[in-house]
Amino acid sequence: MEKILEVKNLRTRFRAEGGIATAVDGVSFDVYKGRTLGIVGESGCGKSVTSLSIMRLIPDPPGEISGGEIIYKGRDLLKLSIPEMRAIRGNEISMIFQEPMTSLNPVFTIGDQIREAILLHQKTSRAAAKAKTIEMLKLVGIPVPEKRFDEYPHQLSGGMRQRVMIAMALSCNPQVLIADEPTTALDVTIQAQILELMKKIRETLGMAMILITHDLGIIAETADEVLVMYAGKVVEKGPVKEIFANPLHPYTRGLLNSLPSLEKKKRLETIAGIVPSLLDLPKGCRFQARCPYAFEICRGEEPALREVGPAHWIACYKDLPRFEGKK
Amino acid sequence: MTTYLVRRLIYTVPILFGVAIIIFSLFNLVGGDPTYQMLGKHATPAQIAELRHELGLDRTKLQQFGDYLGQMVTFDFGRSYSTKQKISEMIWSGIPPSLSLAIPAFIVETLLALIIAMLVAYFRGSLFDRIVVVGCVMGMSVSALAYILFGQYVFAYLFGFFPISGYDPDPILRFKYVALPALIWVTVSLGINVRVFRTFMLDEVGQDYVRTARAKGLSESSTLFKHILKNAMIPVITYVVIQIPFLITGSFLLESFFGIPGLGSITIDAIHNSDFPVIKAMTTIETLLFIFGNLLTDALYSVVDPRVRLK
Repeated sequence: MEKILEVKNLRTRFRAEGGIATAVDGVSFDVYKGRTLGIVGESGCGKSVTSLSIMRLIPDPPGEISGGEIIYKGRDLLKLSIPEMRAIRGNEISMIFQEPMTSLNPVFTIGDQIREAILLHQKTSRAAAKAKTIEMLKLVGIPVPEKRFDEYPHQLSGGMRQRVMIAMALSCNPQVLIADEPTTALDVTIQAQILELMKKIRETLGMAMILITHDLGIIAETADEVLVMYAGKVVEKGPVKEIFANPLHPYTRGLLNSLPSLEKKKRLETIAGIVPSLLDLPKGCRFQARCPYAFEICRGEEPALREVGPAHWIACYKDLPRFEGKK
Repeated sequence: MTTYLVRRLIYTVPILFGVAIIIFSLFNLVGGDPTYQMLGKHATPAQIAELRHELGLDRTKLQQFGDYLGQMVTFDFGRSYSTKQKISEMIWSGIPPSLSLAIPAFIVETLLALIIAMLVAYFRGSLFDRIVVVGCVMGMSVSALAYILFGQYVFAYLFGFFPISGYDPDPILRFKYVALPALIWVTVSLGINVRVFRTFMLDEVGQDYVRTARAKGLSESSTLFKHILKNAMIPVITYVVIQIPFLITGSFLLESFFGIPGLGSITIDAIHNSDFPVIKAMTTIETLLFIFGNLLTDALYSVVDPRVRLK
């Protein structure tokens, strides 16, 4: 497997009222060519901030990437100049967002908006860029692309707009596609179509994908590796099959248990409690207040990621021998 | 588009009728008797009766209202009580001086405010941004009268750059007279316009499509001048276009202080002299211009905003 993107110890913080919130606190992961990394976690766990950090699109102020490295093709993206970074955005690494309804500019035609990206990154004529745009629209399954080229975003449905966003993101053949909750705002049947489309495209184009979601169902269907985040930290990571078959971190288990099931007709389980404020984190493990296994040791030093199985990492003390029997 | 405009024009008829009722009622409720002012307190009852007949004031209120509606249609508002001049002639003579002052001032003011607002939006949050905003608030806080008096005293009287007041109908010479009031116009409105335009721009900066533009790899200036500007133009157009028709009626304050014989001065004089026919005519014109301004704004919306299709 060819490693295409390597995030090392990334830290992103925001100046907030009442202090500094470290939204991403020492996150590391690798992204491989032709594979999909799923990042999962509930709202505010830092998954979107992680993706925006890779694109260096964190609004500054109040945000700031305060540490770590993002290695892409041997270069640290965090050390690039602004024009160098611009040449990568939308070209080698591109991104699609959660809000298809508002992510397109309402006063330009969709053709214009996709062509703009092509003209920006590739030395090509307007006519060739238009042809490429129509080809992209066809690829993402938009009917009559020649006609759609001249339409405005408001003339398209949410699902169609997300297809346009995907077409735009793919227009320069990126090496890495970051999809930040690409289907959250869409209804279920459209969700399935868009995910199917993204899977198909990733297979055809052979790029790497980072898929951010709070929906474990989507992860199970689309991802190869999973990264579970909680309050700005990675709590568990590993191959998708391993994580679903053998979830070790109590938070991952909680997430899996809270999935609705068609077979077992029982009350939906929830994870008790709420995510701690990033401005007021407890000493030790960040999940302790909601963890059914939490004990003294969890209130001591914060657990570090440890490899507990083949490529399976967790940040938890639960499986330690000395932990047994103390509950 | 054409059908839309025609229908909107038809809608103006009931609006104008409503406005006519309000204006007519106001003048009859608060008006008092104009013959008293025109003839003085020593007039004989016969003289008063004769004048009332001449002015049509002895007719019933309904008939007088009918007369007024007729005036609105024919645009013949009769003669001024105080100068005895035909009102339509007064209006035609007042428009050129008003426009000579208003058009250059309005264009300079709007363009300057837009340019400053874009610069401020580009450098948002910087020291430059803060200095401009503080400057705007300071500029807005000073009364227009202070600018007028300062300008007339310092630039016209002490330095002699401009005439203190007056007007010359000569197509070139007139600009010598309107220069200082136009400059004051720009100064007075710049602060508030820059602030309003800056808000329009900054409202767009945080939108999702701006993030998309950046994610595409566009530079900050392309994002601002292409993506943000076209969206910000929608509120800017509403704000600017609605003012255009009123350029004809001019500035009451500047025209009367600088002795420019435009429609503003004419209106102020008419109010001073309780010259009801003139006030009535000016009020009617203002109403028409207001309706026209709204129509113009709606029509221009469809040019900038593809979501607006006028049917």
